[in-house]
Amino acid sequence: MAAQNLQSVPAEPAANQAQAQAAQQEADAAGQAHFDRVIAEDSRIEPKDWMPAAYRKTLLRQVSQHGHSEIIGMQPEANWISRAPSLKRKSILMAKVQDEAGHGLYLYSAAETLGQSRDKMMDDLIAGKARYSSIFNYPALTWADMGAIGWLVDGAAICNQVPLCRASYGPYGRAMVRICKEESFHQRQGFEILLELSNGTAAQKQMAQDAVNRWYAPALMMFGPPDDDSPNSKQSMAWNIKRFSNDELRSRFVGMMVEQVRVLGLTLPDDQVRYNEDTKKWEHGPLDWHEFQEVLAGRGPCNAQRLERRREAHDDGAWVREAAAAYAAKQLNKQKEYAA
Amino acid sequence: MSTPQTNTETTHTEGHGDISTGMAAPMGGGDSSASATRITPGNALRPEDIALEVRTGLAKPTEDVAEYALRLGDDALILAQRLGHWISRAPELEEDIALGNIALDQLGHARSFLTYAGAAMTNDDGTPKSEDDLAYFRREHEFRSVQLFEQPNGDFAATIARQFVVSYYQFELYRRLTESTDATLAAIAAKAVKEVDYHRDHSAQWILRLAGGTDESRKRMIHGLRTMWPYVGELFRDDDLTARLAEAGAAVAPSSLKEDFDRLTGEVLEEAELEVPDVPVAPGGGREGRHSEHLGYLLAEMQVLAREHPGASW
Repeated sequence: MAAQNLQSVPAEPAANQAQAQAAQQEADAAGQAHFDRVIAEDSRIEPKDWMPAAYRKTLLRQVSQHGHSEIIGMQPEANWISRAPSLKRKSILMAKVQDEAGHGLYLYSAAETLGQSRDKMMDDLIAGKARYSSIFNYPALTWADMGAIGWLVDGAAICNQVPLCRASYGPYGRAMVRICKEESFHQRQGFEILLELSNGTAAQKQMAQDAVNRWYAPALMMFGPPDDDSPNSKQSMAWNIKRFSNDELRSRFVGMMVEQVRVLGLTLPDDQVRYNEDTKKWEHGPLDWHEFQEVLAGRGPCNAQRLERRREAHDDGAWVREAAAAYAAKQLNKQKEYAA
Repeated sequence: MSTPQTNTETTHTEGHGDISTGMAAPMGGGDSSASATRITPGNALRPEDIALEVRTGLAKPTEDVAEYALRLGDDALILAQRLGHWISRAPELEEDIALGNIALDQLGHARSFLTYAGAAMTNDDGTPKSEDDLAYFRREHEFRSVQLFEQPNGDFAATIARQFVVSYYQFELYRRLTESTDATLAAIAAKAVKEVDYHRDHSAQWILRLAGGTDESRKRMIHGLRTMWPYVGELFRDDDLTARLAEAGAAVAPSSLKEDFDRLTGEVLEEAELEVPDVPVAPGGGREGRHSEHLGYLLAEMQVLAREHPGASW
């Protein structure tokens, strides 16, 4: 029997409450069995399937945070749209920030299939109740930051997100496929910006190196705390949401950057990067996890600014959304009157 | 005006596929099979293609055509710069995307027109002016955009009012320009007209929603239209340049667009139960380089980085 039918067992009259409870327990047991089988087969859970409450909660948190990160992440780059130094770069940057709005939309839509409305997610974000990637609380100070964000931040995001294309929750995994395609383009354009700057004037090259210096460590911290300090990772891996540990992904990312930074003619601000022959993993210098926790707790350079900007856009747009809703309602009434 | 110097024969036989495909269309302009929303490599006209034609001498506008392309390019560039500000600030995510898309379309048109215009203008070292030379290294009075395009975004209703006027104007203009005797102008217009058609749809739908939504939105929509309408007249003003180009069939007289513009915008306004704003007409002067106070700030922001690093490539 399909698991989705088990969830909608109709409520029984009060006299049969005990019987209803028993039926519910039976349904839950069948649902759990189906869920376990899907996970064991490394197949997909779909919105109408039975799923453990904790699985739903974990996913809702992760997918909505991911959506928020895309939306807040528009801001540092939007900051340079008006000043992009060539029309071609302006065009590419606009398209990139627009892609991020699109990613936010897919992710919010995926999260909605888990039972929460976009309005509620947006309210939580604006109220400061929801988290988003702490990387976006750093300022984009120069044009070279558009390169460093694309290369390092989007690069780290891709390392994180490619395995998420196989996440056990169908709508999330499918959203990630499209997002990863676009992110890979974003990373290449970031690399290209840095390459052009690095081969440009001395001032341009310095601008590029400065941006890499500032974004390197925050980008490495995007993979989350070290494995021995990441309490949720184990369960997420057991549920086939997460496929590799934070440290594993971080190490892979460092290896990629080591190669690419040479092509750029720049350096990573880390003299402890090395390949460990024994573990077959890339290692890097110590990261400031205190800073990470501070930014996460709202005390980063741009936390207040980013939230205020989102709040302002949301509040300023309230009358527009109300008008659209009112107009749609009037149109619907007209149609009904016409039909009657 | 003089006969356009663009050698359409050469464009047909030796030009890259894009423009020649455009010119092979039955109406003498545009690639009717290209899609505004789908990437169609090989058919979509890119500014880089025009730059290539300029470098290889395949496309060379007359001075008149270049000046005309500069006008249209500046209109689109200034509007793109204005609309870009909405990205990450729009009332809904869908509008971040929509306004961003319109800004991108306008920027694409600007890049094509400016690249073409630059082919008839030279830098001190004798090279043709690039789109970036024109966008970043001209001063306020050298811009040829009409004043409507530089009007501040205001609230969403003011932006929609500006979009409404612009999209209906540009549609009528580009639709006719697809038949230009200048092959490059025709090709740029053929791509642009499809995109601008969507801009019309977007603005008209919002006019209806805002006018017919709440009391607040209706009030703001009326205010937005009144704010923009003084600058509508300038769009349809003829001068010596447009008279010469219209005579030669390379362009259309701006005044000839007005009847269709009035009729089509009038239909939308009527459906929205709005009246054409009865406001005094501003003198304008953008085509001669006379601008409002707003343009200086817009250019200062747009040009600052490029001017900090003259000669740099990005």
